[in-house]
Amino acid sequence: MDNQMTKKDYEAYVERKSKKSNIVLDIIKAFVVGGLICVIGQLITDTAIYFGVSENDASLITSMSLVALAAILTGLNVFDYIGRFSGAGSSVPITGFSNSIVSPAIEFKSEGLVLGVGAKMFIVAGPVLVYGITSSVIYGILYFLFTK
Amino acid sequence: MGTKIGTQSAEISSPVYLRSYASVVGPKEGEGPLKYSFDEITDDEMYDEQTWEKAESKMVKTAYSKILSKGGITPSDVDYIFTGDLLNQCIASSFGLKESQTSFFGLYGACSTMAESLALSSMLVDGGFAQNIVAITSSHYCSSERQYRFPIELGSQRTPTAQWTVTGSGGLLISSISDNNNVFVKKITVGKIVDMGIKDVNNMGAAMAPAAAETLITHFKDFNISPDYYDLIVTGDLGSLGKEICSELVLANGYDISQNYEDCGVMIYDAKKQDVHAGGSGCGCSASVLAGELMSRLKKAELNKLLFVGTGALLSPVSSGQGQSILGIAHAVGIER
Repeated sequence: MDNQMTKKDYEAYVERKSKKSNIVLDIIKAFVVGGLICVIGQLITDTAIYFGVSENDASLITSMSLVALAAILTGLNVFDYIGRFSGAGSSVPITGFSNSIVSPAIEFKSEGLVLGVGAKMFIVAGPVLVYGITSSVIYGILYFLFTK
Repeated sequence: MGTKIGTQSAEISSPVYLRSYASVVGPKEGEGPLKYSFDEITDDEMYDEQTWEKAESKMVKTAYSKILSKGGITPSDVDYIFTGDLLNQCIASSFGLKESQTSFFGLYGACSTMAESLALSSMLVDGGFAQNIVAITSSHYCSSERQYRFPIELGSQRTPTAQWTVTGSGGLLISSISDNNNVFVKKITVGKIVDMGIKDVNNMGAAMAPAAAETLITHFKDFNISPDYYDLIVTGDLGSLGKEICSELVLANGYDISQNYEDCGVMIYDAKKQDVHAGGSGCGCSASVLAGELMSRLKKAELNKLLFVGTGALLSPVSSGQGQSILGIAHAVGIER
């Protein structure tokens, strides 16, 4: 082309022309759905406590129920629609963690149980686990050094 | 025999007919505005197969046999097959055509593969090396998503510039033998790789638009024609943003295509109703639109001169992961009747 832009000019031009996500609307959707998931969690906790379960066990039951619920909804091809609508609203709570493991497990079933499901199950959640556990370890060491 | 024109173009001089065409698409494409132009719309993405990759291969196989039957030829009449898709090592096309028993060329030009295979086929037929060549490509939303992006069931959001990979296969029979359609390949411009430094994999349109613009400008210059020579100029899968950018880049070089310019990625879906963001993409996008809507309009003489510009984004998850930019490529094929 005669009239050639530099890469930098082109990048700026594309940035200017590209439609941006509607941040305000996205935040509201994430807030409502995320809040709703928390309300469901609270409901499970309170119900468990009402039936005489200890507070510790009640929060365990809550996590397990939400993970199970998200896994079932992922399997039923519903969770991706919720995720597309609410973004971080459904991916930040423990439901997102469940979805990030179940979705590749379903997807890579076609390559078998070992090289498919087994090897690919953590392709999305893997980094979260690696750095989450690493930072817990560092935090644990610091906690030990400065408080004990 | 044809001749090289200008810097990157070829003029096809003997009659190279587009004798038949066929397209098979998935259900989402079958709900779009071009639904009446496809030969077959599958009930679901699996197409009665066990995996998406096998489903994509089956679409290629079905489209291939439809091309032959519509062209009134048998498999032994085909001299060569030119084909390609988006999957690693192009498995959709090789497995789809494994029973073809025909000389086979596998190509990779990303989403530009339909134009690439059509250009090569036309040159070969024009050069007298073949009588009948089938050029056919495919893509599948699910098989592409999991290779390039995330699992299908992962609940994540897409940016407004992201595009939706078309599930479908389309192809044409390029032949030196006359038929009733009287649709010929006349002009070819083979594109060069263009790198404008775009790294956002959710903005392929912007990465490919400069390549499309450059090929268009070169085409007009090499043949010394203006954009209004064509009734319609279509790019492969730039999507709504890429289309706009391409049009502006071409205009900045003194050629106005705004009056007769469309993009297959924009045409194939209803952007308002189908939640596809910037539009369709994939080898199957330009292939199924050309081997459906566009060819039928040429056949009915609603179009007389069409410039088909296949556009491709050359990248892989490895190159993106290593911080490399997305390369663009575009090939133009002038089809006339």
